[in-house]
Amino acid sequence: MPLYHNEDQLMLKDSVGPFIAEQAPVAHLRQLRDSDDATGFSRDLWAQFVEMGLPGMLVPEAHGGLGMGHIEAGIVLEEIGRNLTPSPFLSTSVGAVAALAKAGGTQAERWLPAIAAGEAIVALAIDEGSKHRPDRIATTATRAGNGFRLDGKKSFVLHGHVADMSIVAAKTDGGITLFAVPKDAKGVTADPRRLVDSSLASHVTLDGVEVDADAVIGEVDAGGEILDALLAAARTGAAAEMVGVGQGAMDMTVGYLKERKQFGRLIGEFQALQHRAAHLYGEMEVARAAVMKAQELLDQGNEGAKLMVSVAKAKAGRAANLAVREGVQMHGGSGMTDEYDIGLYMKRDRALAEYMGDVHYHTEQVARMSGY
Amino acid sequence: MSDLDAFRAEVRAWLEENCPPEMREPVRGDEDICWGGRNWKFQSEAQKLWLERCVAKGYTVPDWPKPYGGAGLSAAETKILKQEMARIGARSPLNSFGIWMLGPALLQFGTEEQKVDYLNPIARGEIRWCQGYSEPGSGSDLVSLQTYGEDKGDHWVVNGQKIWTSYADKADWIFCLVRTDKTNKYQGITFMLFDMATPGVTTKPIKLISGNSPFCETFFDDVKVPKTQYVGEINRGWDVAKYLLGHEREMISGGDSAGELVSLGGALAGVLGRNEAGQLDDPILRAQLAAFDVDAFAYRAMGERFIDMWKTGRAHPASSNMMKYVGTELNKVRHELVMACGGSEALEWDSPETKGGARPRAWLRTKANSIEGGTSEILLNVVAKRILDLPGA
Ligand SMILES: Cc1cc2nc3c(=O)[nH]c(=O)nc-3n(C[C@H](O)[C@H](O)[C@H](O)COP(=O)(O)OP(=O)(O)OC[C@H]3O[C@@H](n4cnc5c(N)ncnc54)[C@H](O)[C@@H]3O)c2cc1C
Ligand SMILES: Cc1cc2nc3c(=O)[nH]c(=O)nc-3n(C[C@H](O)[C@H](O)[C@H](O)COP(=O)(O)OP(=O)(O)OC[C@H]3O[C@@H](n4cnc5c(N)ncnc54)[C@H](O)[C@@H]3O)c2cc1C
Repeated sequence: MPLYHNEDQLMLKDSVGPFIAEQAPVAHLRQLRDSDDATGFSRDLWAQFVEMGLPGMLVPEAHGGLGMGHIEAGIVLEEIGRNLTPSPFLSTSVGAVAALAKAGGTQAERWLPAIAAGEAIVALAIDEGSKHRPDRIATTATRAGNGFRLDGKKSFVLHGHVADMSIVAAKTDGGITLFAVPKDAKGVTADPRRLVDSSLASHVTLDGVEVDADAVIGEVDAGGEILDALLAAARTGAAAEMVGVGQGAMDMTVGYLKERKQFGRLIGEFQALQHRAAHLYGEMEVARAAVMKAQELLDQGNEGAKLMVSVAKAKAGRAANLAVREGVQMHGGSGMTDEYDIGLYMKRDRALAEYMGDVHYHTEQVARMSGY
Repeated sequence: MSDLDAFRAEVRAWLEENCPPEMREPVRGDEDICWGGRNWKFQSEAQKLWLERCVAKGYTVPDWPKPYGGAGLSAAETKILKQEMARIGARSPLNSFGIWMLGPALLQFGTEEQKVDYLNPIARGEIRWCQGYSEPGSGSDLVSLQTYGEDKGDHWVVNGQKIWTSYADKADWIFCLVRTDKTNKYQGITFMLFDMATPGVTTKPIKLISGNSPFCETFFDDVKVPKTQYVGEINRGWDVAKYLLGHEREMISGGDSAGELVSLGGALAGVLGRNEAGQLDDPILRAQLAAFDVDAFAYRAMGERFIDMWKTGRAHPASSNMMKYVGTELNKVRHELVMACGGSEALEWDSPETKGGARPRAWLRTKANSIEGGTSEILLNVVAKRILDLPGA
């Protein structure tokens, strides 16, 4: 397959791009932020996503979805990134769907159609400390009655306070097991915190939470592979969103260079800025290609996907970070103001950078996977 | 089975049968590269055989049309051929400025007769070309070039000097930028082709910091060039020159993504050693190698995407400038890391154990990557102007 979007994918981009730009531009984020919105996204907007079939893009057709791939989901995420659109798409429609589809079974039957129909928001309760360390999960699931008892603390759970279900990764006797923990389960408390990018992420406490045996996603002790599928999808999705954030920041900045005058000239005439903008363009293009490659390998079920996913998350992280830093700098004093959007891009980038492993984490993973 | 799958199977079988085992070994150095030309001496029977077989199939220039010596393959088929060659580690049968630079320019601007006459010998490796662009006073500011061709009716008489002409002393012919109108800067240059054996052409090798001397000063002293030997239009050679530079930059970018994904850190861990945990011994160097690997793996994906788009007319026409900038800067980092991991052993300049100082010589050679074919700074200027559309660039 050539590494560019085919006709169908371009059509998807042509419909999703303008839709998001019109319905959920940066002004939409500002409006949620300034009204101190307690949900973290707009339910009206999500209803429009549902009308377009977006929440079920990755859901297999047998479960009522569109059965598309990561390349298609990436198209939507890039537009979400470019517009800083708050939505549960990444956690619900990408991360959760990847896990449920991989696991199959009761929980997949229960939740995949609901996600596709826009009836369920799903949160991912993976992290426990302030850094992403999925290999050190301390939350425990112990057998109790005909089910399990969950105890532990989760952090950075996006949409955790409003989710209809949370996928909780916990330690069991022989490995990791994933659980579908419904909203009303006793002993779950979600304490939402406003983050730098105005999104809401919860500290979730699991205090003797009792779930039935069929709450297990997949098999007991065999959650490692499912967790891997979830992480690969969420990381690749986050990388695609960062490409959108970086591209949005870059376009805005290049636009500013063509408007702002100092010394009687457009500042875009100064070579010191031109070279940095051109360098940034190159980094963004490379990041975009890396993300597409990871999406392609994931869609093919290729065993090289894991390495490329880490490459994509690390590279997109570096490139988008460069884009927002150069963006604020090249806007001069204006870049420091709340009135200009560029600062909002910097904030969103920071949150996405941490999500599911930062540049350093994934660079280290690349070293490990490459045998050194 | 789709047509492409069938094609892949066919190519695989052909390679299996026709690529000599020796030609599947990694290239050890310059001596293993086949450049062809009138005076070419094959390094081995296998090298000769491999070239001949590829020539017969059109595989030295797979995507050129058949009448010009190619195999007439589509972009998708060419990609498959490259992947299959990389899969068995097949060496390139023929390296040539004719293939990378002049060929694409002739395909775009040449007359039918020129295409037949010049492209076939390039495809067969019979004529080796060199590039006469740079002059002592005209490097980045190439359009200021002064080498002059005086109009003598049916021929020009060319006088002047070129510099940094790679392999001028080994090449058979030169494609050369010559001023033919002193009153018009951009529209006063003609893209000429002539034989290096023409009376009045002399070359003088220049030694590089790597100790090798692959390039020359090239002098023209009353060189007669028939007025049939130019490409495009008289005085419009700048258009051809720029088009060719796009392809040259594509080539130097090293955006080839067909081969195995090889980790530099993985390769160098053996040189540097490992700690008890099996990790590379020096944590800071390990981190730098990992950062490099991220960039290199990502750039490889970029190479694949770029070629896919470039060969099907989807790429921005100026995007080869970005590719060359990113690719060559990355290659310089690679060799800095190779040297850092090699330590004092990588300083040895001519010991047999270090293959005659292969590492420091390669390291020094890569410094030219971001100079030859347009410097990094010039490429950034082009990207700023043509892709980002920044003012006054
Ligand atoms: C937090 C804060 C506090 C401040 N406090 C004060 C204060 O108390 N009093 C006061 O008077 N001012 C104050 N300033 C203003 C500050 O000095 C200006 O913001 C600064 O001089 C830059 O000017 P500018 O914002 O107009 O950016 P611009 O001059 O428009 O610059 C935009 C971008 O273009 C670049 N650029 C401009 N010219 C060139 C060139 N020739 N070559 C290359 N690049 C160029 C700049 O480096 C920048 O990246 C403050 C600013 C901030 C952010
Ligand atoms: C190994 C090697 C092989 C080569 N082979 C060939 C060949 O086969 N044929 C051929 O014709 N040429 C060849 N060249 C020449 C090459 O194309 C030139 O060296 C190159 O174009 C730069 O020109 P220059 O050396 O005159 O440097 P200069 O143009 O003098 O540049 C000096 C420095 O100034 C910078 N600079 C110049 N202008 C600007 C600007 N506007 N903005 C910002 N910075 C600027 C440059 O980036 C560079 O860093 C080769 C060079 C090398 C090193």
